[in-house]
Amino acid sequence: MNNFSYTQATTAKQATGIRKDQPAAAYIAGGTTLLDLMKANLEEHPQLVDINLLPFKGIEQTKDGLRIGAMERMSDVGEHPLVVQQFPAVSESLLLAASPQLRNMASIGGNLLQRTRCGYFRDAAFSCNKRVPGSGCPALTGDNHNLAILGTSDSCIATAYPGDLSVALAAFDAVLTLENAKGKQRRVPVTEFYRLPGTTPQRETVLEPDELIVAVTIPVTPHARRSTYLKVRERSSYAYALASAAVGLDVQGGIIRAARVALGGVGTKPWRSPEAEKVLTGAPATDATFRAAAAAALRDAQPREHNRYKVELAQNTLVQALRQVAA
Amino acid sequence: MDIEPSFFETNPQAGAVGQPLDRVDGRAKVTGQAKYSAEYNQLPGLTHAVLKTSDVAKGRITGFDTSAALKQPGVLAILTHQNLPKLAKTPNDADGKKAIGAPMGFLPLTTDQIHYAGQPVAVVVADTLERAQHAAALLKVQYAAEKPLASYEDPKAELFDPEAVQDGKTKGHTVRGNPKAAFAAAPVQLTHKYDHAINHHNPMEPGATTAHWEAADRLTIYESTQGVSRTQKSVSTMLGLSAEQVRVVTKYLGGGFGCKGSAWPHTILTVQAARAVGRPVKLSLTRPQMFTSMGHREDQTQTLRLGATKDGKLTALIHEKTSTTSPWDNYAEPNSKIINLLYECPNFEASYQLARANVMTSTFMRAPGEAPGSFALECSMDDLAYELGIDPLEIRLRNYAEKDPSTGQAWSSKSLKQCYARGAELFGWSKRNPKAGATRDGRLLVGWGMATASYPVHNSQGTARARLYADGHAVVQAGATDLGTGTYTVMTQVAADALGLPVDKVRFELGDTKLPTAPNSGGSVAAGTVSSSVYMAVQDVWQKLIKAAVLDKKSPLYRAKPADVEVKQGRLQLKADPKKGEEFGALMKRAEIGDVEGNGQGRYGSGYEDAQAAANADPSKKDEAAHHSMHSFGAHFCEVKVDPELGTVRVTRWVSVHGAGRILNAKTARSQIIGGSIFGIGCALMESTFRDPNYSRYTNASLADYHIPVNADIPDMTVEFVEEHDPYINAMGVKGIGEISMVGVAAAVANAVFHATGKRVRSLPITPNKILETKAASA
Repeated sequence: MNNFSYTQATTAKQATGIRKDQPAAAYIAGGTTLLDLMKANLEEHPQLVDINLLPFKGIEQTKDGLRIGAMERMSDVGEHPLVVQQFPAVSESLLLAASPQLRNMASIGGNLLQRTRCGYFRDAAFSCNKRVPGSGCPALTGDNHNLAILGTSDSCIATAYPGDLSVALAAFDAVLTLENAKGKQRRVPVTEFYRLPGTTPQRETVLEPDELIVAVTIPVTPHARRSTYLKVRERSSYAYALASAAVGLDVQGGIIRAARVALGGVGTKPWRSPEAEKVLTGAPATDATFRAAAAAALRDAQPREHNRYKVELAQNTLVQALRQVAA
Repeated sequence: MDIEPSFFETNPQAGAVGQPLDRVDGRAKVTGQAKYSAEYNQLPGLTHAVLKTSDVAKGRITGFDTSAALKQPGVLAILTHQNLPKLAKTPNDADGKKAIGAPMGFLPLTTDQIHYAGQPVAVVVADTLERAQHAAALLKVQYAAEKPLASYEDPKAELFDPEAVQDGKTKGHTVRGNPKAAFAAAPVQLTHKYDHAINHHNPMEPGATTAHWEAADRLTIYESTQGVSRTQKSVSTMLGLSAEQVRVVTKYLGGGFGCKGSAWPHTILTVQAARAVGRPVKLSLTRPQMFTSMGHREDQTQTLRLGATKDGKLTALIHEKTSTTSPWDNYAEPNSKIINLLYECPNFEASYQLARANVMTSTFMRAPGEAPGSFALECSMDDLAYELGIDPLEIRLRNYAEKDPSTGQAWSSKSLKQCYARGAELFGWSKRNPKAGATRDGRLLVGWGMATASYPVHNSQGTARARLYADGHAVVQAGATDLGTGTYTVMTQVAADALGLPVDKVRFELGDTKLPTAPNSGGSVAAGTVSSSVYMAVQDVWQKLIKAAVLDKKSPLYRAKPADVEVKQGRLQLKADPKKGEEFGALMKRAEIGDVEGNGQGRYGSGYEDAQAAANADPSKKDEAAHHSMHSFGAHFCEVKVDPELGTVRVTRWVSVHGAGRILNAKTARSQIIGGSIFGIGCALMESTFRDPNYSRYTNASLADYHIPVNADIPDMTVEFVEEHDPYINAMGVKGIGEISMVGVAAAVANAVFHATGKRVRSLPITPNKILETKAASA
């Protein structure tokens, strides 16, 4: 770990101002991702800006939906009655993630910015286009058993966001509120927050250096209320998803009125599937419909040597999640 | 020596032995008082070392840029191959390796050559850990990299037939009977390949060394090792010092599983760093470094050909193993041994093939050989059962080995039939639906599987010392190590019973080369050898006190023949007239004997029969002991639930029953079997280190990405022991249970998966991708 200075910010302006002057500085909230990356010398920051005192807390009902402060902790949000009632998939995605200790520490804003578990990114001895642009991607011909099959490029096949929460947020049209050094706020849907790797896998989100995530707002809808998050992994707890699905259905009289589908563990970003939603909307809530939706969601999959199984696994995961919410 | 060997035979439940005593070191551990090897922080002027390891797997170091690192405050030294203090011996040649007892025929920092990724290239020493870490990051190493070879699976790998594997301990080729002809003539022939992922031991406590040169020729090492004596021998030999000049201390160990069974390079490098800076140095391996510093279970493919009659009797077993080894050593774990003896089979052949690759040398990992060997054999036995429509348990009984097929020797004891019967009863095996893929619980498929376990009682010797005080307390010592499994506790129990004292009057000390020499805690030998040493040391105490009594005019035993005196619960009495005698305390106080020291040796093959033979001067009986094959046996029964669409496998029920001689503590033994079974479930379902085929470097060297089971993966487990009295193995009749607990576990799980799904996954671990990609066998 490199030497760094540490500043505790008491206002958002102070925090974003530091990042404006020093883009290499990093915000630290729970630190559950950042410290790991710094200890492994994968990220070097001359300055850390502690944002734990910033007032971006609270979980409250607003006209746009449920607004969750970015400084709330994963465990508090996952267990909050309004989240559990209105967005079962969001609650489940939080409580199935990481470990209780990590969930108690990690902030919502930090969770959205966690970085890939790709083994080539996580070991500086390997080249990696995400870490050192242009250095190459050994994962293309190496260990890609838990890397992406959707949204990949010749530069990068990492599941840039390896976690769970953003998958559920992407499914239910959550919107992020970002604030910059001028104190100006803008709203960005989660689905537009993450970038595809393309030829610039080092740029993972649309967040500007002087911007800070201050809140997440999720619209309240019938399909979000009837939702679930299904996560498949190699052990029962404390493991990243091989595939996951956040789904919500509004079924009336056996017909799907509205559907939301997002997949985790298979895309280079949290993978909202309008293709699957199109198949589902207006169709009967049957296994045949679910299968067709799953096929549509994975139609463009580009698997590699060790992750071919993910095409079938992701489809089966999606079908099972749809069955659960339709039941 | 005239001893009373039958004490424990006639009083199996007499006192503390066998009771579920809580760990005597439990309080010290949970309160943080127990000091592990990286916790000797009060040493004067303690400094901190960090390993810098190679980014490339093959090539040469062309230079170092130390300027930035050396400029950092607190940095004391950077050791590289250019300035490492010279050693008297290194393992780089065969003689040196043998003399040192090194696990690997190569010591880093003795050359500019790079042979494997993660090879140490420098040791950075600073006054604080953080400064050492930072300087190590600033140290730049230049390499001339070459393309490495990653495994035997690489098309460029050159396979060869070694004369021997496992450091010469196992022959490269073994034939018994006429296996090829027998297989060709067999009415039932099965040929299957089994793959096994690379596994890493991953004890909770990483490898750690604290080296303190107390004088130019006197060194103390606080070492995370399974054997202080072996480390002492290795380090003193490399340094050219006598063993007495090197003291090794290991008071507590946070697990080892085999990776701490030898002195690996980081130990001597820390010692050399301490010499270079003239201050004590502490080095603790990081978790990623644990994947390239202390060995691993090698990547391997086994081919097993099984020939049988139509009624399920084995006629031939032909086993071939291909695996990866390092550029220097012919290491392969000996899978064939268990295949040679688990079942009655007149024809057997085993051969090993190796390929050299750019990896460090693999090493023994819990049940080395037996664990992967039993996976192949026990899956194929399951196949045979289905092939012939015979129950999997019945097929094993039909091939039950009444004596050791590999040697023709009688077993010293074998309770496998009882294990099968009790395990089947506890599990409800008789209710099993014989058809695979036919039992459901909602959308989940339910399967039952079983497998046999066996592990040898290895040849081992050790010593112990007991000191009994007149006030009725005792200190008992042996230079053994407690891996965390309960050595402190069980030896306290053994000593207490032998001395006739309550356990809280006995203190057992271990983990120091200043104490009587004990074997490595490895190969399941510690419990048997150390307990027998302790028992014999106490017998020596009694002999001395009996002598004192018969010479003491005031003793009721005055002028008795020593041979006519026995000791029961601390009371010296006449065998013929037990009323005549006295308590040891009365004798010692009256005769002003402050304390008595006894020394004892625990020996392999020196059980009750051996002692009787000695007592009766009957050498033929003594020879008999040596002519027995000594093994533990057991059986595992497993239920799994498989999601056929998601490929997830969960173990939902587990029963293990073992016959392993005397069980010293019902609680610690049960815990050890549970731990070993979980270790096996990890191997079966999730443990796998991935070595990149192009760079020969691991891609998941962390506990987030190398999965071991969590609580949610493990159901309540039922563990029982069959009462077993083995008169041959050692004075205490203890076989040891460290390894047998995981033998057969992977097969039991795989067999249950087959029963659930009709899919035979012959590749470990059985991860969801393999369930999805494997086709069900046609019914």
